[in-house]
Amino acid sequence: MSDKSSDAYWKANIRIITISLVIWALVSFGFGIVLRPLLSGIPIGGTDLGFWFAQQGSILTFIVLIFYYTWYMNRLDREYGVDEQ
Amino acid sequence: MDQFTLNLIVVGASFALYVGIAIWARAGTTADFYAASRGVNPIVNGAATAADWMSAASFISMAGLIAFVGYGNSTFLMGWTGGYVLLALLLAPYLRKFGRFTVPDFIGDRFYSQTARLVAVVSLLVMSITYVIGQMTGAGVAFSRFLEVDASTGLFIASTVVFIYAVLGGMKGITYTQLAQYCVLIVAYTIPAVFISLQLTGQFLPQIGLFSTHTESGLPLLTKLDQVLVELGFRDYTGHHGSTLNMVLFTMSLMIGTAGLPHVIIRFFTVPKVSDARKSAGWALVFIALLYTVAPAVGAMARLNIITTIYPNTLATGELDLENPISYADKPQWMVNWEQTGLLAFEDKAGDGVIRYYNEANPPAIATEQGWQGNEMVTFNQDILVLANPEIAQLPGWVIALIAAGGLAAALSTAAGLLLAISSAVSHDLIKSMINPGISEKGELLAARISMGFAIALATYLGLNPPGFAAQVVALAFGLAASSLFPAIMMGIFSKKMNSAGAVTGMLVGLGTTVLYIFTYLGWFFIPGTNMLANTADNWLFGISPLSFGAVGAILNFAAAYIVLAMTRPAPPEIQELVESIRVPRGAGTAQAH
Repeated sequence: MSDKSSDAYWKANIRIITISLVIWALVSFGFGIVLRPLLSGIPIGGTDLGFWFAQQGSILTFIVLIFYYTWYMNRLDREYGVDEQ
Repeated sequence: MDQFTLNLIVVGASFALYVGIAIWARAGTTADFYAASRGVNPIVNGAATAADWMSAASFISMAGLIAFVGYGNSTFLMGWTGGYVLLALLLAPYLRKFGRFTVPDFIGDRFYSQTARLVAVVSLLVMSITYVIGQMTGAGVAFSRFLEVDASTGLFIASTVVFIYAVLGGMKGITYTQLAQYCVLIVAYTIPAVFISLQLTGQFLPQIGLFSTHTESGLPLLTKLDQVLVELGFRDYTGHHGSTLNMVLFTMSLMIGTAGLPHVIIRFFTVPKVSDARKSAGWALVFIALLYTVAPAVGAMARLNIITTIYPNTLATGELDLENPISYADKPQWMVNWEQTGLLAFEDKAGDGVIRYYNEANPPAIATEQGWQGNEMVTFNQDILVLANPEIAQLPGWVIALIAAGGLAAALSTAAGLLLAISSAVSHDLIKSMINPGISEKGELLAARISMGFAIALATYLGLNPPGFAAQVVALAFGLAASSLFPAIMMGIFSKKMNSAGAVTGMLVGLGTTVLYIFTYLGWFFIPGTNMLANTADNWLFGISPLSFGAVGAILNFAAAYIVLAMTRPAPPEIQELVESIRVPRGAGTAQAH
């Protein structure tokens, strides 16, 4: 693999990692803690959406994030010819 | 059949299963012993990782931690699961590509420095030994409670079983026993939770039940819980109390600490491919989430159950009838059973024959009017919640036996993973990489088994004579993992230029500041009375508790490393090439032994 495509592969990886980590922080530190007051208007089962994110939603989002990243990277690996044969 | 016989049969059968698996999965080579020959299916590895990660603390204590604090302790849920995102995105695939057996292996080779390797080995040993003490004492307690032997006998039985399957099978044996242990613990945890959810809300899934209507009162479960807690003078369950900054940093420390724990990281060395390492982290989180999304429901429902057990009568307004609590003579059998263990205790201070349970520090108006003499449920150990769940839900004896087996499975699976991390650090990183590089494959395997034996003996000894500071030391383990190993590994992958001087300085600064901060508030080496400042929120720097400092230590680690890097020469070209190669998956198929 040439250096150029190697750089492009790594850049694409960093990009998807950054996007994923922004979502990761948003659902836990954001919706679950800091932004909870903003979500207090959205009731869910006797409490508010922030509480749900802190005790359920963040965990479920984490799972989706990891599987999406796995799927995305497998595609990227093949695209750049760096997958494991 | 009485409960004791049932417990004996269920626990005995689970142990026979573990030993049977160990004999089937004997390790013949160091690759078997350290990494199960990298032949583990990613889903199986996910389940094994889940059992490895979920310790006695997750299984027994977590629901109680949430039940008695409410929203504020959501930090444990987010922190202990969010770390897997960091593992999957930032560490696991690259460490698998690197293709060695241990964490110090990576740090030593990547930073071409025996000093870096040694710092990594020392942090690994301190954090893993710390952790294993808790598992062994947990196993001893579970034994003594359910099998009616004393705690030391229980501990010896537990050590013997771990010794058989860990020494014989190494990573290979541990992996497949952890798979079996995961099945035992998740079934044991879920069954009582489902029944309690059905009883309180009519919902089958506890995750849904938590946000559903409480059948008896017609109110949402959490609204009802908030209401009764406030009535008794406690803080409401769903409210945000305490410092937001501290909550954020504590969650962050748990996340980074989780991703930096060596016994979790080495599990990702066992899968065949780099893509499997990513996938495996996802499956691990699925299996962990099965317990972690149920735990908050168990916590909230059990808390409500306890209160409505003590105050069974409701006024026309829907409030609790505080004047007519349950009498001591009428309390349910599970309370009587658990009183015998000393973990639950009542004291009829008012001498009126009924149980008064409320918050003394903020008593309800009626308590002062009627001159109550104080809270009479004087002891309620939080660990009871999960263990007593089947009795609270009035489930048959075999479910109680299953909880015993589940608690033991959680403790033993984590202990085995930790013991493997300890023994490989000694035999591989100390003996093979630093003291005697010429050691033969057979010699190294023998050394690994002997150091495993020593590690078990040490863990048993510490379990029998637990240092008084065991609880605080767990904070140190997470702080160490977060402030030393995680940043070093991450920079090793994401910064091609990072050199050995930067990494070593970073690790020492991270470790040093974290240890210093913890010791300032908890005492030097946790010796009571040697702390320089009282451990209260007023004294904490910016309101950051010593338990939350790991994240700050990690930031200082990164900062120090980059400052030193700017002043010194970047890593040599061959190291930069090594980093290039671990960034792409191709070529990971063959396991490199060195």
